Amino acid sequence: MTILVDNKAKVKESLQPKGFLRYFSFSLDHKVIGIQYLVCGFLFYLVGGTLASAIRIELLSPLSDFLPRDVYNQVLTLHGTIMIFLWIVPVVNGAFGNYLIPFYVGARDMAFPRLNAVAFWLIPPSGLMLIASYFIEGAAQSGWTAYPPLSITTPQSGQIIWILSVLLLGGSSIFGGINFIVTILKLRRPGLKLMNLPMYCWAMLGTSILVVLSTPVLAGTLILLSFDIVAHTGFFNPALGGNVVVYQHLFWFYSHPAVYIMVLPAFGLVSEILPIHCRKPLFGYTTMVFSIMGIVVLGLVVWAHHMFTSGTPPWMRLFFTIATAFIAVPTGIKFFNWVATMWGGKISLNSAMLFSCGFIINFVFGGITGVALAQVPFDIHVHDTYFVVAHFHYIVYGGSVFVIFSSIYHWYPKVVGKLLNENLGYLHFALTFIGFNLCFAPQHWLGLNGMPRRVAEYDPQFQFVNQISSLGALFMAISTIPFLINIIISITKGKIAGNNPWKGLTPEWLTTSPPPVENWEGEAPLVNEPYGYGKDYLL
Amino acid sequence: MTILNSSDEIKKGEDDLINNHDDFRIFGLIIFLIADGMTFAGFFAAYLTYKAVNPLPEGSLYELELAIPTLNTIILLISSATFHKAGKALINQKNDLSQKWLLITASLGITFLICQLFEYFNLPFGLTDNLFASTFYALTGFHGLHVTLGTLMILIISWQTRINGGRITYKNMFPLEAVELYWHFVDGIWVILFIILYLY
Repeated sequence: MTILVDNKAKVKESLQPKGFLRYFSFSLDHKVIGIQYLVCGFLFYLVGGTLASAIRIELLSPLSDFLPRDVYNQVLTLHGTIMIFLWIVPVVNGAFGNYLIPFYVGARDMAFPRLNAVAFWLIPPSGLMLIASYFIEGAAQSGWTAYPPLSITTPQSGQIIWILSVLLLGGSSIFGGINFIVTILKLRRPGLKLMNLPMYCWAMLGTSILVVLSTPVLAGTLILLSFDIVAHTGFFNPALGGNVVVYQHLFWFYSHPAVYIMVLPAFGLVSEILPIHCRKPLFGYTTMVFSIMGIVVLGLVVWAHHMFTSGTPPWMRLFFTIATAFIAVPTGIKFFNWVATMWGGKISLNSAMLFSCGFIINFVFGGITGVALAQVPFDIHVHDTYFVVAHFHYIVYGGSVFVIFSSIYHWYPKVVGKLLNENLGYLHFALTFIGFNLCFAPQHWLGLNGMPRRVAEYDPQFQFVNQISSLGALFMAISTIPFLINIIISITKGKIAGNNPWKGLTPEWLTTSPPPVENWEGEAPLVNEPYGYGKDYLL
Repeated sequence: MTILNSSDEIKKGEDDLINNHDDFRIFGLIIFLIADGMTFAGFFAAYLTYKAVNPLPEGSLYELELAIPTLNTIILLISSATFHKAGKALINQKNDLSQKWLLITASLGITFLICQLFEYFNLPFGLTDNLFASTFYALTGFHGLHVTLGTLMILIISWQTRINGGRITYKNMFPLEAVELYWHFVDGIWVILFIILYLY
């Protein structure tokens, strides 16, 4: 059975709204869907960032004087949920995946365009529903982990809306994952081998496998939790004979891979950005592929390292410590590969490159604290303190969000067709990098000295360091302003970028900027050497 | 299925291979079923953990009869076979026969659901009585939801395989194949569920 895409596309094109309106429509074009994901995610990032600012303002003083305690709990729950499920996961997977994967495999669209649009349109309603829960009877108060019995005893309506919203977002994520797996494995242009694909494809393949295998488990768990809340069953309620540790196991079976769902695509994106701006081939392609797949396999069997204080038996502690420490090996391989890619390269330090370098520095730091946290004696000491908060933010903000900004600077000329202002980009990077490290580095110290996380009040001896941290958060909040100004200036009177401003060799640079509806005017180019830099005859 | 404009020339060679692609919907469905299976895997893991570490409290009632679930297992296994027959009939372009087999399959699905409800009403424990009662209802209920959806889909495709004006023919097998795959999956899950919940 074959479908001639040309004709289908013509019909498709004639049915789609034109111009600006198509970004608000049920568009089937993967590029439009990618932009929808990115802009929608960025709006939620602004909401989540505002909530983070509220948290940091509250923590300026030891007493809970800015936010009441229960509102503080709601704010931190919404902050975590929005940042993870509505900003990072949809953007590193949905936005860049949808935009880039069809180019990289030489296809004209994703394998299932309608499913793709459905996956996107599940996100705005569930996000709005989540935010709206705050105005009904108060949002969920049990953190993004929703551990019972806390999630059973706190006010119900917020928790139930939280569960429904996360279920919808999980569904969106699974639909996206199915689409990526089929597109990468089956929709490749004839002649394009798997081992010649750009690295981002491998990262998305690995991520999608994790999504498909782990997200449904979270969905099932949350269904059981909602039974506990609504029907008063006792799955996770010790008072009714249930077992809270089962919830923790099932939850972390998703939520540990979720870290890789947030960070593996970022690894892939960095592997695309570094070779172009260093003018060198990506170092160690094959080892990179195997380390991604190694992370996928190991990522599924390390979840209980979040539960060392939940009464886990010794053999479990031993196994999960060793398995977790093993993840440092493939991750380390990737880092050395990136450094080796930069080594001796003709590096142009533009905004995209700066954010990627910032990512490497931050992520090494977050990785080291991660290996430290995998050790049971140390983990028991710092469990549920700010050390964990600092580690986590070094991974997901210093890691994924830095890569998101790097990718925006890198692919903006392709998507919009205009250049961004480099000076504003430098300012954005400087503010973000300084603010980020000022905000989260002191939190390691706070955690080591025993400041618990998720509490609105703290011991007055921590006040000065908390104020430094809040100053950093202020820088991070301000850093958004030059970024937004940059985008507005570029859209109104930016310089025309041309088709290939970075002189890239990956397929998306071989078409016009912005690309036409079906990606290429003629047939898709066959790119067997996506990283063949330093060979001028290829350009 | 090939959609072509009569005025368009058919492109040949490599370009043709790029612009045309095969139907990957079954492959996508298989990945979805793997994901769905992981939901059940999570439930089974929870149940087995409870079984291992959470003893049944004194005086609480949790006993299962084997008669109805065994009958249900047989019903579902037969329904898988009848669905297979429907597929074979459609390949041989016998739409009316295919439709008959589909209706038999659907009625077997409905019988399964009725038996399941009968079991529910005759059990000595309710949803919130104890942990194992809750797990029992959650697992069988979630599976029953799958059977309900499957039965509805079978009824829809049996309407679509009608002789005059039906959308599903031997040329357009996909809806029937997809529902068949889903139905076999639901059967397989039931067999695992039966072993874990009733026999183990």
